[in-house]
Amino acid sequence: MTLNRRAFIGTGVAAAAALSAPMVRGQGKPRVVVVGGGAGGATAARYIAKDSDGAIDVTLVEPTRAYYTCFFSNLYIGGFRDLSSIGHSYGTLASDFGVNVVHDWAVGIDRDAKTVTLAGGASLPYDRLILSPGIDFVEGAVPGWDVSQQNKMPHAYKAGSQTELLKAQIEAMPEGGLYAMVAPPNPYRCPPGPYERVSMVAHLLKEINPTAKILIADPKAKFSKMALFQEGWQAHYGGMIDWIGPDFGGGNVSVNPDEMTVDIDGAVEKVDVCNVIPAQKAGKICEMAGITEGNWAPVSGHTMQSRMDENIHVLGDATNQGDMPKSGYSANSQAKVAAMAVRGALTGSKVFPAKFSNTCWSLIDTDDGVKVGASYQATDEKIAKVDGFISQTGEDSALRKATYEESLGWYSGITEDMFGAS
Amino acid sequence: MRKRAIGAAALTIGFIASQALWADEIGDAERGKEIYAKCSGCHQVGKGAENGIGPHLNGIFGRKAASVADDYRYSKGLKRAGADGLEWHLDTLDAYIENPKALVSGTRMSFRGLKKPQDRADVLAYLRIYSDDPANIPEADPTAIAPEVELPPEILAMVGDPEYGEYLSSECKTCHQPDGNDDGIPSITNWPAEDFVVAMHAYKQKLRPHPVMQMMAGRLSDEEIAALAAYFEDIE
Repeated sequence: MTLNRRAFIGTGVAAAAALSAPMVRGQGKPRVVVVGGGAGGATAARYIAKDSDGAIDVTLVEPTRAYYTCFFSNLYIGGFRDLSSIGHSYGTLASDFGVNVVHDWAVGIDRDAKTVTLAGGASLPYDRLILSPGIDFVEGAVPGWDVSQQNKMPHAYKAGSQTELLKAQIEAMPEGGLYAMVAPPNPYRCPPGPYERVSMVAHLLKEINPTAKILIADPKAKFSKMALFQEGWQAHYGGMIDWIGPDFGGGNVSVNPDEMTVDIDGAVEKVDVCNVIPAQKAGKICEMAGITEGNWAPVSGHTMQSRMDENIHVLGDATNQGDMPKSGYSANSQAKVAAMAVRGALTGSKVFPAKFSNTCWSLIDTDDGVKVGASYQATDEKIAKVDGFISQTGEDSALRKATYEESLGWYSGITEDMFGAS
Repeated sequence: MRKRAIGAAALTIGFIASQALWADEIGDAERGKEIYAKCSGCHQVGKGAENGIGPHLNGIFGRKAASVADDYRYSKGLKRAGADGLEWHLDTLDAYIENPKALVSGTRMSFRGLKKPQDRADVLAYLRIYSDDPANIPEADPTAIAPEVELPPEILAMVGDPEYGEYLSSECKTCHQPDGNDDGIPSITNWPAEDFVVAMHAYKQKLRPHPVMQMMAGRLSDEEIAALAAYFEDIE
């Protein structure tokens, strides 16, 4: 192990700790494998590689070469972003940070041997494994729908071709047609996401198909930023959006992709576009690793370590950690805590108390941005919310515009933080 | 705004102050459930709870006073308090169950109050279970109390330590780009440390208005602000 700048700068205690760091397996560099290259995985890979100055061997396993962020994908639907502007590649992580980027699927984890098996046949040994696989859908959650129907009734809840397809379908709607959304039950990725989606669909339709209608069937009586969205829908898209909550059967829904119909509590509607966002669970690899309980992977808030295996850290949407919403911002925040904990365990670097934060911005219409945010700290039981804020109804337009512009700055910031380049 | 409220609650519920580096639970919900027996004659909570002598308490955290369903008849005093903007959060609930009439003169809740801070904290921890979950509704009320940041001596010794600043800065970099790009979000790269410290304290005291920054600065100790200032001043 070489003494680096970091060790010299630190206090005497830290330098001594760095010198006596446990060398895992006694030979070669400690190895970290990260599965999933989104807001959690890419950030964790970059921070571990960057902050260990080459002392840790970091491999990132991600199937796609071009990663499209789910955050801001609604803005693409609304016409505020090009698809290419939310696409990112992993080149800088490899070239500037020394991350080994492997484009393949992780298909198995042997927790005793501490290896990850890839679809291509390779087996990657690890000292610490970080799983950040995002979400998968719960089978049978919406009767009549399964993943094989996603081209007829897109979810567009993993960004990329699905988002493109949904937008194309909306653009092809007949004049005065009907867009329906089947909203998911809690908990799911991006609590305000479905409602920002509806706002962006309304924005697009108002321009190209102003007599079209939007129908939301929702199993939840209450959703994030509800008052803000309802105020905005009234102000910008009066009469276009019909939200059906559980009191009116919004939780009793089935679909028929061949007939393009939606059955809401026995009333069958013919629809032109049906955006089904099913109930969600941790990405499959968590289940394969045997670290889930129910639909999610429970973790300790202090380190993001799995409650079932201390050599595995889990990040982002796949986790059950407590109070943080499933969001890209949350995953990015959790990744930094995990990166610090992993470096501490593998190289003896200093570990500071975990802190987390999250902000979710949503765009309702042009220059009408709102946000909700909170700070969180770990307790032994969970990650607990300790403070927060939310945009208020009736705010003036200058503040809403500034909030939107701030979200653009955040997008540049977080994508640079994930990929090392925006 | 919320931050200040919680600060006040932490003062009232003074026993909670500790040296811990992590947040404190509101109280012991299991013990709170037992103490709640004093309330349950009038107030139902949990699945299927309905209004009885008193209104049900599902979703009480974050609720406006006197705002539950149409079929519950509140006292004039509580209605007026609701119209004046009284909302139920940890601090207001704590004051109310300590002495209902101190907070709302005309309330019909004839309860002499829980005098022990621990009892109130535990009951509120129990009730918090039946309000919105922040994982699903991020704006829902907090479920824990942030301690004043008190770091152990070995970390305190690192005043202005750029390494600690670098760790803390990872949170800033989610929005503030290290390369100095300032579209939408201002650059803080290479700020003079003194300006940085002054600005952060102004957010911490809520003199500067931005809610994200108030929240971020509000939980940083003086030493942590110094460490960040040292780091950002010399960032390459």
